[in-house]
Amino acid sequence: MPLDLVQKLEILADAAKYDASCASSGGPKRDSRRGGLGSTTGAGICHAHTPDGRCVSLLKILLTNFCRYDCAYCVSRRSSNVARAKFSVDEVVRLTLDLYRRNCIEGLFLSSGIALSEDDTMAELVRVAKTLRTVHGFRGYIHLKTIPGAAEALVAEAGRWADRLSLNVELPSERSLATYAPEKDATSIRKGLATTRSLIDGAADARRRGSGTIGRAPPPRFAPAGQSTQMIVGADGADDLAVLSASTSLYASYGLRRVYYAAFSPTGHPSAGLPQAATPLLREHRLYQADWLMRFYGFALPDLAAAAPSGMLDTAIDPKLAWALAHRDRFPVDVNTAPREMLLRVPGLGPRAVDRVLAARRRSGALRLVDLARLSGGLKRTRPFVVTADWRPTAMLDDAHLRRRLAPAPVQLSLF
Amino acid sequence: MYAVRLPGDADEAAFRAAARRCLALRLAPADVAFAEESAPSLFPPLPDTDATAPAVSAPRAYQALLADAIGHSAADRFDLLYDLLWRIVSGARDVVANPADPVVARLSDYARAVRRDIHKMHAFLRFRPREVDGRPVHVAWYEPQHRVLKQAAPFFVDRFAAMDWLIATPAGTAAWSEGRLAFGPPAARPADADDPVLDALWTTYYRTTFDPARLRLAAMRREMPRNFWANMPETREIPAMVATAGRRVAAMKARAPDVPPGFADKIAARASPGPDGPATPLEALRGEVAACRRCPLHGPATQAVCGEGPRDAAIVFVDEQPGDQEDLSGRPFVGPAGQLFDRALAEAGIDRGGVYLTNAVKHFKYEPRGRRRIHGKPDPGEVRACRWWLDRELAALSPRLVVALGGTAAGALAGRAVSVLRERGPARFGARAGFVTVHPSFLLRLPEAARQADEYRAFVADLQAVKAAARAAAA
Repeated sequence: MPLDLVQKLEILADAAKYDASCASSGGPKRDSRRGGLGSTTGAGICHAHTPDGRCVSLLKILLTNFCRYDCAYCVSRRSSNVARAKFSVDEVVRLTLDLYRRNCIEGLFLSSGIALSEDDTMAELVRVAKTLRTVHGFRGYIHLKTIPGAAEALVAEAGRWADRLSLNVELPSERSLATYAPEKDATSIRKGLATTRSLIDGAADARRRGSGTIGRAPPPRFAPAGQSTQMIVGADGADDLAVLSASTSLYASYGLRRVYYAAFSPTGHPSAGLPQAATPLLREHRLYQADWLMRFYGFALPDLAAAAPSGMLDTAIDPKLAWALAHRDRFPVDVNTAPREMLLRVPGLGPRAVDRVLAARRRSGALRLVDLARLSGGLKRTRPFVVTADWRPTAMLDDAHLRRRLAPAPVQLSLF
Repeated sequence: MYAVRLPGDADEAAFRAAARRCLALRLAPADVAFAEESAPSLFPPLPDTDATAPAVSAPRAYQALLADAIGHSAADRFDLLYDLLWRIVSGARDVVANPADPVVARLSDYARAVRRDIHKMHAFLRFRPREVDGRPVHVAWYEPQHRVLKQAAPFFVDRFAAMDWLIATPAGTAAWSEGRLAFGPPAARPADADDPVLDALWTTYYRTTFDPARLRLAAMRREMPRNFWANMPETREIPAMVATAGRRVAAMKARAPDVPPGFADKIAARASPGPDGPATPLEALRGEVAACRRCPLHGPATQAVCGEGPRDAAIVFVDEQPGDQEDLSGRPFVGPAGQLFDRALAEAGIDRGGVYLTNAVKHFKYEPRGRRRIHGKPDPGEVRACRWWLDRELAALSPRLVVALGGTAAGALAGRAVSVLRERGPARFGARAGFVTVHPSFLLRLPEAARQADEYRAFVADLQAVKAAARAAAA
């Protein structure tokens, strides 16, 4: 008996859910006032949140979960006993439009198992995006997976219709990939990222050069929301610093908007040689915090190495606090005089709080502790590391128990 | 003390009018209490006056704060806005820019809450298609926390301009029909029409995309508070999803590894065919270099970059290592230094298609710095490890002349440290006739334009000498 649409959706959404990315941000602004359907605001919208705390922004599905590869960590590997299904191009298009008109989603995130060849798979993904854009005038968000090894011409077309492209490096090291995905080739994955980056740069250059030309349409955009990738954390033996070192290279090399870290999670279809237990979500959370520190707080990899001498980030406290505790000689920081870079190193002060501190100290004279409380989110973590007009931490910084006092009480992260 | 009564949905204009009357009467914030009409007040209303308000031009930051905060449901929003306006009129024009000011901080919180409420409305509202007077209309019932309908509506126009839709809230309705947006009085909550897309497909998707091994209820509630759930059909699934999560995870853990399905072997056999025909020695070498793990440089690089050019090329140019562009494209001499090299080559009258271009080190060595890669100089160990490939590459070719571009390439070819400054010009690399010149990126790095031009001319002269030497070797 053929599967109905609900059954297919169940199979192909389940297979897609291990991709952490659900971002619908970073694209250009579009609307439907002059025709078509849909809009993008540039900021992204989470239309619902599931009990795992993740947001639902895009319809995230596979075109098919038939796959000829046998990657141990993947639920769709050919040796897995999972139920299989395949959507037609029209089914995906209709599903996307139906859900979009009800305001359930920002758009589509489409990936696929590789049932036939790399090129066939990539061409099908492109066909869905092209149909949405050209037949239905769809102005919403489209995120497509690029298939490593697919022809460059197909990737180039994917970027023409999609807002974002992504290609997962899957594991932090080539050796892990060889162990768990022996038929996959780390070089071909990296070449895929490199191709997309070159196409993005090339299109941006062409638009810059073409912007002065009068009477000629600007060259087409290419994946205006950039590309991203994902690493599974906890399936192999790589420690946090190895993961962060890999993502540092990835950010530098391929102009990635994001590196996603996905804590390894059992799929219900275990393969021999992989852990059966889920990686603690706290590990994933600390990696994201460290990633943020490197991208928005001016931290470099060696700073994080200093905060994680064992190679693993401290799970009890956030990496910024860990860095501060390991560098007490750099504190206290005077919030009334310190430069921006140093304010960003103070535990509890984020970029927004720092901007407010800088704005406030230009206007209202010496800041007091109560002002700082209003400008930031609270003082608990901040207090021992700052000097204000009316506050000095005195001996607090030298307190051997400072770490314990600042660490939140251990709580069960997940509530059953 | 006077009372100013404003309707609960007072907008910026209504507030501005009331505030102007208070300013005309020179009423300090302590002398006036704003209240919603529905709330009781003991104070008398404002007396009539002929006095005109001072010309008020509030700074843009105040206008922005007013536009958002006025929609907040807090009773003291008007008082706070007037307090701020009074201080602005009294000379503290800059006060809104001070986030440490308590009133500014409070109003900013209100404004943020209103913006969040607008955002949540854009996110959580669900349309159900219905038929109204024989026309398809998408209908939604939504209960925002603040008065945000007017500010939230344009988003839906942008997104669904081609559909007719109606949004009903307890405080009023917004309707888009035939290209016109109209706001109306509150309407009764419409009954939910059955919709298989929302009730079957969407709820199935919501249930399925959830990972039971990652239960984090607090995170969900923080972003999607319970008061929004009533109008989101998918949330009806939450109790069962949560209740069964533990059992599902336990069952997953207890499962034995899968027995591969029957089609696994068949589908695996569909592997891509190998390359056609036997490979030439250079092609074979290329394949081996791609898999090179002789030193750690392959780790962070994209790919090994092999040489390019005809097998019978008379001249082989050896560069230091691929750069950022070469690493991305897999081809040598395509980056900025490669382009400069092309220009110089053309000026010297050497056909680029007739020469062979390669690198002493085949992987790009770099230091990651944010979103850029800073070129790193390969160390002697890395150069030595890669010499294996360079030797085999040269052996597969039969050049009359090998040109080292820069010290690293010269060192790799000569097997000893070479100073370009001292040994620039004709050289011997073992049994091979060679030539040493500068690396083209050296020219790019020169700070002064005059020196750059001089060095570029010297480089072109070197290339002309290379051309002559190759021709002499042929004779």
